[in-house]
Amino acid sequence: MAVDEKESLAPAKPSLWRDPNARAIVFQVIVLAAVTLFIVFIIKNTLHNMESRGISTGFDFLGNESGFGILQSLIEYNESSTYGRTFFVGLLNTLLVSALGIFFATILGFAIGIARLSRNWLVAKLAMVYIEIFRNIPLLLQIFFWYFAVLRALPGPRQSLNVGDAVFLNNRGLYLPRPVFEDGFGLVLWVLGVAIIATMVMTRWAKRRREASGKVFHTFYASLALLIGLPLLAFLISGAPMSWDVAALKGFNFRGGLGVIPELAALLFALSIYTAAFIAEIVRAGIQGVTHGQTEAARALGLRPTPILHLIIIPQAMRIIIPPLTSQYLNLIKNSSLATAIGYPDLVAVFAGTTLNQTGQAVEVIAMTMAVYLSLSLLTSMFMNWFNARMALVER
Amino acid sequence: MAEQISGQHQPHPDLSPPVTTVGVLGWLRQNLFSSPVNSLFTLAMIYLLYISIPPIIKWAFIDADWAGSTREACDSGGACWVFVKVRFSQFMYGFYPEDQTWRVNMAFLLLIVLSIPLFIKSFPKKAWLGAFILCIYPIIAFYLFYGDAFGLERIETTQWGGLMLTLILAGVGIVAALPIGIVLALGRRSNMPIVKSICIGFIEFWRGVPLITVLFMSSVMLPLFLPEGVTIDKLLRALIGIVLFQSAYMAEVVRGGLQAIPKGQYEAADALGLSYWKSMTLIILPQALKLVIPGIVNTFIALFKDTTLVLIIGLFDLLGMIQAAFADPKWLGYAIEGYVFAALVFWIFCYSMSHYSQRLERKLHTGHKRN
Repeated sequence: MAVDEKESLAPAKPSLWRDPNARAIVFQVIVLAAVTLFIVFIIKNTLHNMESRGISTGFDFLGNESGFGILQSLIEYNESSTYGRTFFVGLLNTLLVSALGIFFATILGFAIGIARLSRNWLVAKLAMVYIEIFRNIPLLLQIFFWYFAVLRALPGPRQSLNVGDAVFLNNRGLYLPRPVFEDGFGLVLWVLGVAIIATMVMTRWAKRRREASGKVFHTFYASLALLIGLPLLAFLISGAPMSWDVAALKGFNFRGGLGVIPELAALLFALSIYTAAFIAEIVRAGIQGVTHGQTEAARALGLRPTPILHLIIIPQAMRIIIPPLTSQYLNLIKNSSLATAIGYPDLVAVFAGTTLNQTGQAVEVIAMTMAVYLSLSLLTSMFMNWFNARMALVER
Repeated sequence: MAEQISGQHQPHPDLSPPVTTVGVLGWLRQNLFSSPVNSLFTLAMIYLLYISIPPIIKWAFIDADWAGSTREACDSGGACWVFVKVRFSQFMYGFYPEDQTWRVNMAFLLLIVLSIPLFIKSFPKKAWLGAFILCIYPIIAFYLFYGDAFGLERIETTQWGGLMLTLILAGVGIVAALPIGIVLALGRRSNMPIVKSICIGFIEFWRGVPLITVLFMSSVMLPLFLPEGVTIDKLLRALIGIVLFQSAYMAEVVRGGLQAIPKGQYEAADALGLSYWKSMTLIILPQALKLVIPGIVNTFIALFKDTTLVLIIGLFDLLGMIQAAFADPKWLGYAIEGYVFAALVFWIFCYSMSHYSQRLERKLHTGHKRN
């Protein structure tokens, strides 16, 4: 009797069929087997199909001559370059437009996000109109608009719009003066390096002194003077060793200067304007996310509006802003692939487009393209996570 | 004298507030001219509006041409809406035969009629209606669009286009991605390591690549994946790509909802002795999905805008039709009108949906909120 009671109190050992652990193992084995079978099925089909269509496999094609030119390339490239080089040209063009896009979108986005919270009714409303218009229109449509309706419709080189005979805008692109560095410009760079180090030392000293004595030293204007004033001085002393190469009309087109092809300009306009609308909303939410009590407490401590902004609001708002900002940057990088629609030679256009059409090696080409975007995404989010960890306030 | 004797002290009547702090003047002073810098901003903005708005209005309305049916009707120098008017049916239906467009209209009208009750608060059995729209309606719509049954003429998918195709792509994308997304989200939160890592890998892969490479993949690689002899429709290939891509985003939205459900709900379901699937379908998912409706609407908006990308792989959605219309030699040079029209259509859809989702967010922001 006693033994029976003990047995009934002990947790019943479930049958193997009802044991959650056993079930989990069986279930996972089935899932794994199904996924593996599916992948094997696809690989087998693909290999068979490629063989029957006479498509070669492997990455040997990267060494073959490409035979097509590219509109804009940051490294030397011509028609006799290899497909491998085409890949790098495309990759660099993608990186170029992404980096520039992130730069402009951040500036514009922060400006509009802050304007959205302005106490000036008109400024706030206009910022809202901007946001509502640009984030609700597809990016591709905006790219087409800037490219086909605006930049392509500009007058030709002979009637180009010009600003002070230095900047020219026509349907072939935007021409800016290009700085030409002459001998002796190295000195300016050296001085700039010294100024950067001096600023860092000064900031440290100011911080240490403030913590020790409570005396505040305003580093902002001093750093500005160091960073701009010193190199400027060196520049003037060494006899201004820099000139501008201004584009000039020769024949039917402009020569010299820094030419920006209309494809790049249109893509950059559209990407920056579109992403800025999203960044503005993130910035607004971030600033509004810092509770009003924080501002009141800072005022109660006797801080003035500028230190309140710098010491209380911005550090806390940044903690809210950075994670969604990261995903906007990632979106921008991925969206830069829309370049292919207007013929800007980015990775997708020259590699997943032209190279794929010429070689027919869809699997390798698409896999390489996707791998690039995956690693770009991963790298950006790693960098932003690191930055986020640095910005995050250490809580006790 | 008499007043003083009576001892009544009459308070002096309040002075009215200074004119500069009340009424229109006060509002202007407070909101537009509160400081010199602000005044400067206001004036700059007014100047900006002054130089931009009147020319736009002049172009779009005052100088615009509305009547007529040929290019010759557009001679006043303003916008040429005749172009949009002439092409309107193509922008809406693509190359769908003109005498059959009633089928498309029927399908969308049916959807609107079916969805109206969903917005009425007191309508009974909303869940059933929702299930009908998600499960049965797509079948009806398919036969209306494609035909080849019930005495309807067959219309190949290559003839589909315009706004209709945009709506089909976005609609199918979201409806098919939802169940896959739910399964992936549950898998990602599962305790089983293999299931969890497969789901994470799948989600992160699709979220890490641009939609355009996915579309390229589905249009050039998908035919290679299939056994020999099996061909697959171009539209279907694009849809497969979109659904795979979208399901990863959907999974993350649903995961957000699953995480917002307090742990007590999971524990209570376990304590009741419910099995995993029962606790999910009866306790967790109904609450989680309610929470993520605004998120789903936002994903839908993103997808709706992204469907324009299909024009790169040769499908003619609304933007694709407009882009194709520019190539018509009879109507060269009306790009701005076309883009403005497309922008307006997309904007109306996206803005109203985002407004709806914001309202919903406020309405649903009730339970599960700390403090």
